[in-house]
Amino acid sequence: MLMEFVEKLKAENAAWVTEVVEGHGEVTVIVPRESIIDVCTFLKTTQGFDMLADLCGGDRGPEEDPRFEVNYHLFSTKHHNRLRLKVLLSEDDPHVATVTPLWKTADWHERETFDLFGVIFDGHPDLRRILLPSDFDGHALRKDYPLRGYEPYSMN
Amino acid sequence: MSTAVENIPGLDVLDQSLESQMTLSMGPQHPSTHGVLRLDLRLDGELVIKAIPDIGYLHTGMEKLFEYKKYQQGIVITDRMDYLNPLGNNLAYVMAAEKLLDLEIPQRAQVIRVLFCELQRIASHMVWLGTHALDIGAMSVFFYCFRQREKILNLIEAASGGRMTPSYFRIGGLMMDLPAGFERRCKQFQDDFLEAMNTFETLVTGNTLWQSRTMGIGVISGEDAIDWGLTGPCLRGSGVDLDLRRDNPYTGYETYDFNVPIETDGDVWARFRVRMRECYESHKIVRQALERLRPGPIKADAPKVVLPDRDDMRKHMDSLIHHFLIVAEGFNIPAGEVYMPIEASKGELGVYMKSNGGPKPDRVHFRGPSFVNLSALPVMSEGEMVADVVAIIGSLDIVLGEIDR
Repeated sequence: MLMEFVEKLKAENAAWVTEVVEGHGEVTVIVPRESIIDVCTFLKTTQGFDMLADLCGGDRGPEEDPRFEVNYHLFSTKHHNRLRLKVLLSEDDPHVATVTPLWKTADWHERETFDLFGVIFDGHPDLRRILLPSDFDGHALRKDYPLRGYEPYSMN
Repeated sequence: MSTAVENIPGLDVLDQSLESQMTLSMGPQHPSTHGVLRLDLRLDGELVIKAIPDIGYLHTGMEKLFEYKKYQQGIVITDRMDYLNPLGNNLAYVMAAEKLLDLEIPQRAQVIRVLFCELQRIASHMVWLGTHALDIGAMSVFFYCFRQREKILNLIEAASGGRMTPSYFRIGGLMMDLPAGFERRCKQFQDDFLEAMNTFETLVTGNTLWQSRTMGIGVISGEDAIDWGLTGPCLRGSGVDLDLRRDNPYTGYETYDFNVPIETDGDVWARFRVRMRECYESHKIVRQALERLRPGPIKADAPKVVLPDRDDMRKHMDSLIHHFLIVAEGFNIPAGEVYMPIEASKGELGVYMKSNGGPKPDRVHFRGPSFVNLSALPVMSEGEMVADVVAIIGSLDIVLGEIDR
């Protein structure tokens, strides 16, 4: 069932799908960074994926390239299927276009990913830290960020 | 968290030349914000023209901590997220790990999981109703609600030993079986609860003051609710028929008979009605689960993952070895990634778990329903009165432990 959507994506534009990973009843589509808006628009308008259930970042480790990943968990309130899109980003250029024009819920998710991983969502209306203080140093969920931080943080 | 005020977009709505306009910082110690939520309210008289939630006061880096703990140690962290619905958090977390392991969970464990999740949902709704009523000015409801919640916490304590932090569900099954006499105590609660619901309906539902404080306040349409990612009672209050227990079933929910309450108005009253009606449905599921309880194993047959029984450890060498290895080194989960959504008391609780083969997860992300529901607060509260903002926050049923993580 889920592979149908992948086939439709491929049929629409073969360049939209870099790789498809299946496992545990879920499908992950790795999408080139430039196409994420087009892919999301296609899935939302024609395939009924009207809700962005979740958006979260990931860090594969400082030695990896591409280092960062952004996962988009799409959900349909009509046919109740889920699809995961994944965008891979390098450390030197952690930029990806925002999906806030498609789903307003992406606003806070993207702010959180920016806050904790330092991924920059181009075009986001209000990209500032959300969980950590605005003068916080570093991005806490990166693998090279120590568990106890660099130094004790004091609020002034 | 707190940002220099001049950097926040939307500030320009405040016309400094108008004497009637002002900025009000509500929280983080405001009792009606259900924790440490701060709201930046731009007001024109008593009218809210802009509301900007400011979160992060309770951020404790739980997602970072998961990466440094073994899979079975992570369960303890989940209790502290949505502390009104800890068993729901336990369930989402352990089911994500079980999905990666492809574990088969025995029938009795599944029934007990459903039983406790529904009891916990009622308990969570009791806290919501009590505090929501307290916010709006009806104090006595709080005491009646907490009396019912206390009974559920006693049941949870009897089974797991913990009231607020049970950690009862474990990867592969349950911590231990139900204690003797549990079913009788649970039935006793079952019998008393409907009468308590009658009390709430008389105290609150029929109260004209309550109705005028909630009807037509904080309206959000169905399309907007989907756009903002609302889930759970907040989404169903806007007329969208979605319940993951029915639509993406897990733990055998598809075999239970229950209705999904829908209200179409999208206001505080609609969300209130949905939650009240959900209590009756949860009550129905608890009854069915009690009828289905049959003796049987409560742990999956996976000696390398599930801790062996004490008795086995005394008699069998291999059980002792497995116990030692699980406790000392943990167990490896094959590489992969899953997203496990469940219908928690507040909406879709999703756990994204990524493993790269070791005994500790590579990444655990919690999609908290409160986090997403709160992000829609500005849409609901702009154009309302300050006092109504308090009612809207109450109707969203947020828990800051889950928002800030």
